[in-house]
Amino acid sequence: MTKETLVPMLGIVTEVRVDTPDVKTFRVNSVEGGKCFEHMPGQCAMLSIPGVGEAMFSITSSPTNQEFMEFSIKKCGCLTGWLHQMDEGQMITVRGPYGNAFPVEEDLKGQDLLFIAGGIGLAPLRSVINYVRAKRENYGKVRIVYGARSKEDLVDYPEIVNEWCREAGIDVFLTIDQPQEGWEGHVGFVPSYVTELGFDPQGRVLVCGPPVMIRFTTQALMEMGFEKNQIYTTMELRMKCGVGKCGRCNIGDQYVCKDGPVFRFDKLGELPAEY
Amino acid sequence: MKKIKARALSLLADGTVKRVLGWERGEDAFDCSPALFENEAEMERFVYGTCAGANLSKYCVKMGKAEGKTLVILKPCDTLSFRQLLHEHRVERDAFYIIGAGCTGMMDENGLLAKCAACKGKEFAVYDEIIDTEECRLPTGTEKRMEQVEKLENMTAQERFAFWQGELSRCIRCNACRNVCPACTCIKCVFDNPGSGVQSKAPVTDFEENMFHIIRAYHVAGRCTDCGECSRVCPQGIPLHLINRKLIKDMNELYGDYQAGLGDNERTPLTSFTKEDAEPGIIHERGNG
Amino acid sequence: MRKFAAEKLEQLLSGISMPVYAPVEDGGTVIYGRYEPGMRLRLDKLGTDRTPKEVLFPQWESLMHFKMEGKKIQLTEEERANEDYVLFGVRACDMQAIRVLDRVFLSDPVDTYYAARREHGTIVGLACDAPGKNCFCKNFGVDPAQPDADVVLWPAGDEYFCEAYTDKGHALLNGWDTLEADECAVTAIKEEIGKKYDALPFAHLNLNGFDGEHLMEKFESPQWKKLSMACLGCGSCTFSCPTCQCYDIRDYDTGNGIQRYRCWDSCMYSDFTLMAHGANRPTQLERYRQRFMHKLVYFPSRNEGMYSCVGCGRCIEKCPMNLHIVKVIRALGEGEKE
Repeated sequence: MTKETLVPMLGIVTEVRVDTPDVKTFRVNSVEGGKCFEHMPGQCAMLSIPGVGEAMFSITSSPTNQEFMEFSIKKCGCLTGWLHQMDEGQMITVRGPYGNAFPVEEDLKGQDLLFIAGGIGLAPLRSVINYVRAKRENYGKVRIVYGARSKEDLVDYPEIVNEWCREAGIDVFLTIDQPQEGWEGHVGFVPSYVTELGFDPQGRVLVCGPPVMIRFTTQALMEMGFEKNQIYTTMELRMKCGVGKCGRCNIGDQYVCKDGPVFRFDKLGELPAEY
Repeated sequence: MKKIKARALSLLADGTVKRVLGWERGEDAFDCSPALFENEAEMERFVYGTCAGANLSKYCVKMGKAEGKTLVILKPCDTLSFRQLLHEHRVERDAFYIIGAGCTGMMDENGLLAKCAACKGKEFAVYDEIIDTEECRLPTGTEKRMEQVEKLENMTAQERFAFWQGELSRCIRCNACRNVCPACTCIKCVFDNPGSGVQSKAPVTDFEENMFHIIRAYHVAGRCTDCGECSRVCPQGIPLHLINRKLIKDMNELYGDYQAGLGDNERTPLTSFTKEDAEPGIIHERGNG
Repeated sequence: MRKFAAEKLEQLLSGISMPVYAPVEDGGTVIYGRYEPGMRLRLDKLGTDRTPKEVLFPQWESLMHFKMEGKKIQLTEEERANEDYVLFGVRACDMQAIRVLDRVFLSDPVDTYYAARREHGTIVGLACDAPGKNCFCKNFGVDPAQPDADVVLWPAGDEYFCEAYTDKGHALLNGWDTLEADECAVTAIKEEIGKKYDALPFAHLNLNGFDGEHLMEKFESPQWKKLSMACLGCGSCTFSCPTCQCYDIRDYDTGNGIQRYRCWDSCMYSDFTLMAHGANRPTQLERYRQRFMHKLVYFPSRNEGMYSCVGCGRCIEKCPMNLHIVKVIRALGEGEKE
């Protein structure tokens, strides 16, 4: 944990990987080498470039990775634009970890897990998936449904096909929005693909993606017989402090930065739909 | 002003208007807020009296987009703001039914509002009908419009600078002056634009003292009707309207008398050029420091 | 219980070796400013134009500095406050507001910038001998006769009664030349204050249903549309409020590096929750609702029923359109209290 609220530590970008036309994954180490801090899957960190801005990003790497942290970041604003043009060796500021985590050691333990992600929504789930892979004996079947606009927009494609797809006990279902040359897999939106695949309403589901995809996916899951208390998602709102004090990221009486970002759907249903 | 309420009710009843933009009674005589009334039951709380200081013109910008006509109650000075908004195509005339409401000067707990102390007169610049009384046509206030500006002009430059520094240093940048101003109708204010480099929520530098209010005054110059809302709403009691009034006084002296919100909007002092216009050098001649 | 002659007050304040922040005039407004001998104290002013929160949580403060050189960043933290001071003349409502701020800034993880200022201050409370028509503090569990401060003063004509309640308070009061006083006199003063308060228009509001249990009911009330209609979206209420503490963190290029600072922000502003893909409170209705829901529902839901309104009445006085919290309580509540 960063020792002081609001005061970050310095980190160094040690590798920049181009994932998709608008997503890059940044490997970050502390100045002394090693990780900046320990975290649990689903937790976030505040990254900043002084003079440009500071924002919250989910930690994409698994805590089981002992060497570095990774952040998959989509270029969509001022700060992310700046991050996208930086090279290896660039220092950035890092503080965290913030928020809660997916209950990998509690509610998810011993369960079959269904991961459903859309676009950059894979970033927070990747941390859980790799955590589960590292502690395979603690979990049941793992199924991953992942969709993006096109083949090029699938984040972490090499890791997915070279590692996840080849691992026993993991089923990966990929889909893209539009037909594309050289793509022989499924074509269609994530929620309808989930319906098409059909899943037994047991185990736990982790969903992350654009709000509209989350909405239709949960609807599809409910129709299959899943209960709200089996489904988890992770939220994102504008944040400044990361510690429940600056007052802007609340949904009802819950701060996304502190009480979230991971919410179980039954809890989320008790809160105003102001997100 | 029972007549205004009765007329509003009948215009609602016969379908001429869909809603009434007026004032609502609050906890006591001075506690009255702008409000929207859509039926007779809601009109129970309608009030028009000496506590209706707020200028409803600014609300018309948003209200004009609603379906059907809106009845708006405007005091004489408010009609100048409305007409200026018409000139700037910020409101459509057809979207409103305007009752020009007579005014004997508006008050708050401390007495007559500053803007009413130097009342600009009781003529209505735009209206569908006027409801007033003889008393409403009598002059309000005894302060000459430029009295306080002249006082400032008579100061030395150093004194004047100290005066404004003292006043503006109290600014907390709450933006009430900007948000209430009927001339401030930019969809996105430059000071709210993170890309502008001048966005600021707090006096990190002496920006408020030196720049913010001056920039705002210049931006509304020639369009400011001198409605005085900026000073009325300032929680820090800064007499912001004096900056605008000074600009109005200068424009009147340099280009001839002009009142924003009147006229045909074809030739306004700052948007038209004549060979008789003052040369920029006038700044040096007029400055006394 | 001790007492001293009212005419000695300025002398006592001048004799304090630490900086003293007290209600003083600033161009027609009253602020908690640095007191210097000869300044006119405004202990008569209820609902000062600017609040004591500014002493603990200023409108803007520097957090840290960065030097950028090529790919390198150098970070220097701003020094935390380290000078003892006295915050003088804090009313019971404003003192409760400081307790609200404590809940936010001193809860885990502690905000060390605030904590340092809080730790170095000794707060002298001032009982309200004449609560005004905008006062409604008792609704929120505040006793206008008993500020929850290190030292409390009770004005009584040409005398002040005083008592210390904490070590810091005793340390301050021990340095003052005071006389032994009778407890009973203060009991009578407190009773008198209670009577005056009870006669006020907003003395007894009904806060039934303003809690976490009724969160969705309050949130979904159709009243918000009407209540928020006239809201200009300015920050007068938030900046004048003794408990509003939402803040922004920004970077400023000083020309000689980057200064990261914190400044007050307002939930009334359109960019408060704005992200690259839009805002989750897109119109003034949502922003207005957020402010009052936070004070009356969200905050108590997270803080064992403690409201983050203290009934100081400043929003009644400051809102340009008179859209104050009492109206919200009446419109959303269950009517008058019996």
